[in-house]
Amino acid sequence: MLNFSVFVGQRMASKVVYSPRDPMLKKRDDFEDVLEERRRSSDLRYALRCYTPVLYKGLTPCKASELKTMVLGSDQLHYVVNQVSRESGVSVDEVQAEASVILEEMAQRLQLSTIRFFAFTLSKVFKAMFRSICVNEEGLQRLQQVIQEHPVVLLPSHRSYMDFLLMSYILYTYDLPLPVIAAGMDFMGMKVVGEMLRMSGAFFIRRSFGGDKLYWAVFSEYVKTMLRNGFAPLEFFLEGTRSRTAKSLTPKLGLLNIAMDPFLKGEVFDVSLVPVSISYERVLEETLYARELLGVPKPKESTSGLFKARRVLSEDYGSIHVYFGPPVSVRSLAEGRVNRSQFSLVPRHIPMRPSEDVHGFVNDAAYRLVRAQEDNMVLKPWVLLASLLLQNQAAGKNQGVPLGELIQQAVWLRDLCRQFGAFLHWPDHVPPSEVVSSSLSLHSGLVRVSEDRVFLALEQGPPCSLTAEEELLSQAVVVLSCASYRNQVLHVFLRPALLASAIHTASSSQKQDVYNNFLFLRNMFSNEFILCPGAAVQDFEEACYLLTKSGALHVNQHEVLATERGHRTLAFLTGVLDPFLQGYQLVCRFLCEDATEALTERRFVPAVREFIIKHLLKGRLRYPEVLSSDLQRNALAALLRLGAVQKVQGGEEPGALKVNRVMVNSLEDTLGGRLSTQKALRAHL
Amino acid sequence: MASSSCGGGSDRQMAAQHRLSIIAGHLQRPSGSNTAILAAECKAQASKPFVSSERRTVPRRRQEIMKWNGWGYSDSKFVYNKKGQAEFTGRRYKLSGMIIPGLKDWMENTFGATLQHKTTATPALNSSAVPPPTLNEAFMEELKSTGIPFSADAEDRVFRAHGHCLHEIFALREGKIGRVPDMVVWPNCHNDVVKIVELACKHNVCLIPYGGGTSVSSALECPPEESRSIVSLDTSQMNRILWIDEKNLTAHVEAGIIGQDLENLLNESGYCTGHEPDSMEFSSLGGWVATRASGMKKNIYGNIEDLVIHIKMVTPQGVIEKSCQGPRMSTGPDIHHFIMGSEGTLGVITEVTMKIRPVPEYQKYGSVVFPNFEQGVACLREVARQRCAPASIRLMDNEQFKFGHALKPQVSSIFTSFLDGLKKFYITKFKGFDPNRLCVATLLFEGDREKVLQHEKQVYDIAAKFGGLAAGEDNGQRGYMLTFVIAYLRDLGMDYYVIGESFETSVPWDRVLDICRNVKARIVYECKDKGVQFPPLSTCRVTQTYDAGACVYFYFAFNYRGLGDPVHVYEQVEHAAREEILANGGSLSHHHGALRLSALLSGTDAVANVWPGSWRLSGHRTALRTSKHTRGSNGGLHSCAQGDGAKSSAAPEEKNQRVAAYPKSEDGPLQPAPPLGTHRA
Repeated sequence: MLNFSVFVGQRMASKVVYSPRDPMLKKRDDFEDVLEERRRSSDLRYALRCYTPVLYKGLTPCKASELKTMVLGSDQLHYVVNQVSRESGVSVDEVQAEASVILEEMAQRLQLSTIRFFAFTLSKVFKAMFRSICVNEEGLQRLQQVIQEHPVVLLPSHRSYMDFLLMSYILYTYDLPLPVIAAGMDFMGMKVVGEMLRMSGAFFIRRSFGGDKLYWAVFSEYVKTMLRNGFAPLEFFLEGTRSRTAKSLTPKLGLLNIAMDPFLKGEVFDVSLVPVSISYERVLEETLYARELLGVPKPKESTSGLFKARRVLSEDYGSIHVYFGPPVSVRSLAEGRVNRSQFSLVPRHIPMRPSEDVHGFVNDAAYRLVRAQEDNMVLKPWVLLASLLLQNQAAGKNQGVPLGELIQQAVWLRDLCRQFGAFLHWPDHVPPSEVVSSSLSLHSGLVRVSEDRVFLALEQGPPCSLTAEEELLSQAVVVLSCASYRNQVLHVFLRPALLASAIHTASSSQKQDVYNNFLFLRNMFSNEFILCPGAAVQDFEEACYLLTKSGALHVNQHEVLATERGHRTLAFLTGVLDPFLQGYQLVCRFLCEDATEALTERRFVPAVREFIIKHLLKGRLRYPEVLSSDLQRNALAALLRLGAVQKVQGGEEPGALKVNRVMVNSLEDTLGGRLSTQKALRAHL
Repeated sequence: MASSSCGGGSDRQMAAQHRLSIIAGHLQRPSGSNTAILAAECKAQASKPFVSSERRTVPRRRQEIMKWNGWGYSDSKFVYNKKGQAEFTGRRYKLSGMIIPGLKDWMENTFGATLQHKTTATPALNSSAVPPPTLNEAFMEELKSTGIPFSADAEDRVFRAHGHCLHEIFALREGKIGRVPDMVVWPNCHNDVVKIVELACKHNVCLIPYGGGTSVSSALECPPEESRSIVSLDTSQMNRILWIDEKNLTAHVEAGIIGQDLENLLNESGYCTGHEPDSMEFSSLGGWVATRASGMKKNIYGNIEDLVIHIKMVTPQGVIEKSCQGPRMSTGPDIHHFIMGSEGTLGVITEVTMKIRPVPEYQKYGSVVFPNFEQGVACLREVARQRCAPASIRLMDNEQFKFGHALKPQVSSIFTSFLDGLKKFYITKFKGFDPNRLCVATLLFEGDREKVLQHEKQVYDIAAKFGGLAAGEDNGQRGYMLTFVIAYLRDLGMDYYVIGESFETSVPWDRVLDICRNVKARIVYECKDKGVQFPPLSTCRVTQTYDAGACVYFYFAFNYRGLGDPVHVYEQVEHAAREEILANGGSLSHHHGALRLSALLSGTDAVANVWPGSWRLSGHRTALRTSKHTRGSNGGLHSCAQGDGAKSSAAPEEKNQRVAAYPKSEDGPLQPAPPLGTHRA
């Protein structure tokens, strides 16, 4: 249990660790619109232009096919092939042949001609769909430099299928080497598209290959060979999959581990990791995601793919901002953290499980990188409007908000955001009313404006033809879509919001009480949000600093006090976190009241969804967004992590869940502020 | 009597003595030797040294022939003449008196150093800057009665207060003199050393053994906090070959002899040891043993641990030596293995029996050009795999190749320069080698003429498989010359704001390329990081091959103009480079030694802070503890640096207690050590 004395002890240190940024002083780079040039000159000439990217200075020039030979001939692979052959009794040649098949299935076949084809068609498509694609040029200059120095790993955020096409498109445009991209096998379902992607640099990985030693060996050696030789920048998604909620996902470590390995084993001097933040003003998959999260089948019109595609092309998706973050050197990350000589006692071609310290190091690095992605994510005014509209909606204002009031609220929130250091792209030379109305019109599928009042577009279709449940779900689609925009700004408010909620439920204004509450909430939500492991003190300090700076709090040695004018801020912040608090409580209540012996991991989501729908229909819950299966799964993961729910090993059904009702109950009470965290912490953590 | 003083006292040795005296009859007797040393009765003298010591290189007053603040002989150094051309002065070397036209451009292009920016070293030692000696009167009195010569002269003391680390030389050039020994003694034989050590123990005086003074591990630095009298024990006058045993091909030699004297004297009888560390002009036999030295031609002759048959060492607890000269023993642990690499923390090495070989009939240099370093390393690996390495095989990287090229003396004939141009054209244009990537392996073959030629063909055939082209004897020879003059070059560099040093490591074969690339890159990176204004020289060569790995030697130098504390920057960068070596699976040192560590830490236990968590230090801790122990309870040895440039990281395990328990006999001569196998314990 972390207690206050630990916290006090670390305060001095954390002061140094957390250096507050001043958004006004922080120079954000200038963006350049990639499409501007496309609208002015020939796409064909662009696609066929001379392309001479800068290259890595240590490059061993080789073709994509030669890479395969290198991988199949590597000591690493030979070792595992022999091992597998010994264990399975299959002859070495057969295992080697199997490895070759795996590699064939996986490998990319990067071809310039395909890239040119994409350059041409994507230009057409992008121009039709987007107003602009803005890229920070300074980031690209940094990238250009670092590409020559060290092998580079590009780590874009993942919100849309578009992400990696967009990345390659931008790199082609700026004459930078095209990346090889780790993609999920699901693309391979589409035969032609899959092959096209392969020829534009994608290589395909099975979604799960847990125990398959041979697969892992082929895969990791393939990736490492490309890195070591500097074949091309490696690109993969730290989050592993597209985030359906627009919140960053807990990073997956597998590929990052592989990407760091050549440095840790001394095969390259350094590896540069470049976090890239891609933000869409309007996400292509917006309602698809919401439906997926709700478990609702896709709407009928989408069955006609052609029709859909045409509809997509004719719509306005606003602009895209792509921010290439400063490169992070693995060497400097590892400095003082990893003892690299541990790799010198076993031949390097023998696969080893990462040691405890390496694992911890990679995990911390992954979190840092995802935080960097979050920090550099450009936020559009719409995300503020979505936050405000959702809060108004929950407050029961079904009649909508007067436009004037919304504008006033948005300006207030804009200023708060800026004080918190958010990377907000709010055009200052345009009057706020125009900014707001242009945002609203872009998202006309989600909001309606009538008689100068702004509503969420909850009523769809003729009202009588639907059951109450169906109506609720269709409303939830809109709410969840809105929530996915609000979620984009969550990382800005997260820490202050945790603090605001902690103050809200704390029994006193004693710093220690507040901190304990903060710690409890942070711990509870660490599957939901990106909270770096072991950084509780820094996070608390950051939250205190930001809220003090914005004048909402007064923090001294022993006490945390809300100021008079801080109530609005604090109310907003607690409002941000409230759907999650309520959602987690409801999941707890479900587990206490409704969970049967037969509950399994697989049946959990449908069961809890049914339970929540009941509550929503009865009007006991104000937040339809609690229906998000993402939230429900995260809540379960948190409870599993805290030991309040356990997976039964070796039961008749796989993944059976055993609920510790007393513990779940008290966690629910603590979340609701009905039980002091002191007690709860003592009891459970 | 004579034989007992030699320690063995066996019949066999008596016989050897007899045989030797007959041989010695053909040779000139030591002719009175010089100065008053002989006034002291020395028992070793009575055993009629086999070879005369009259032509020894190093006099008691080193200042007569050596620089006080730089490398080597006073008369030999690089200078820029009036025309701005580099020139090597003196008459001692092949290069002496020659113009080196390429050096100036190389220095300008590599370091950004220009002739306009010159530093001036303090021209002469100012005796008044030397702190007055702390003398232990009682010790002095008793020492006087033994007749062993000593001196408290400021120059003598300053000369023995340093090795050749960069910071030591840099400080001297600036005229900065820190704690220096309070006195210098010149024992003339083993028994003198026994007496000195005894007296030091009795009077609580600190001893720092001094051999060739070429240490690069700070082993000669006096701890500034030391309040006791520090006495430098200079072994340079113990420089005789006591006997040569032609039946067993061994020679028994006093440990103070320096490499070139040992080789020259043996050559007169048709023998050699074949041990040729780069510092062999000045480093001593005792230093080689104390630091586990490695010689250039180890592929034929072995490293020092393979060459040594028998060692006599004086410790505060008594004399330690094996009781026989058998070529191998199964009674372990081998006491030699804690003496070798003890870097002087355990005692003074006084006499050594070494293997000798007949002087080879034929010697041939050679060189091979490779299109790139990777190919070169692959070739060396193959040579090692086939175990057909010549006496020496070294692979220089591109930077070092250019460095070597810059040292080419002025060509006298147009024909030679025409040939050179033709060669260059052939390699770069015809064969398509990139002049900025190619690298050169230098070779030295030794043995029967016929076998050498056969061997040569074998090696060139392997090289050809890796794209190597034979590039002639000259290039090879010049490559080896580089290692001898490099220390002189450093002095020239220091005249023009360039400082540098070398360090080395041993590493498994599969990591050779990685360690070379990463360490060189780390140096460049750190220099930039530490504010060095010019790109540094960061170069390496694979300098020895073994079955399981290779020795890699790094040179690192930079122009320090614009830096406030260049030596500190240098040390930070070097520290980072060593850290990189360890992180890449290299050893702390292949042959330079690591006492710098111990010296830095004398009195503290913070070893792990210097080499953070990355080195298995148990061995060195033991050595440290022992040196502290001996200092504390006996006031004897501080550290022994019969230093030369050849040291290693291997360190003794927990064996020293046993040795410390050796009984000391009542009367003068110390009892020979029993062989460990028959030891009562």
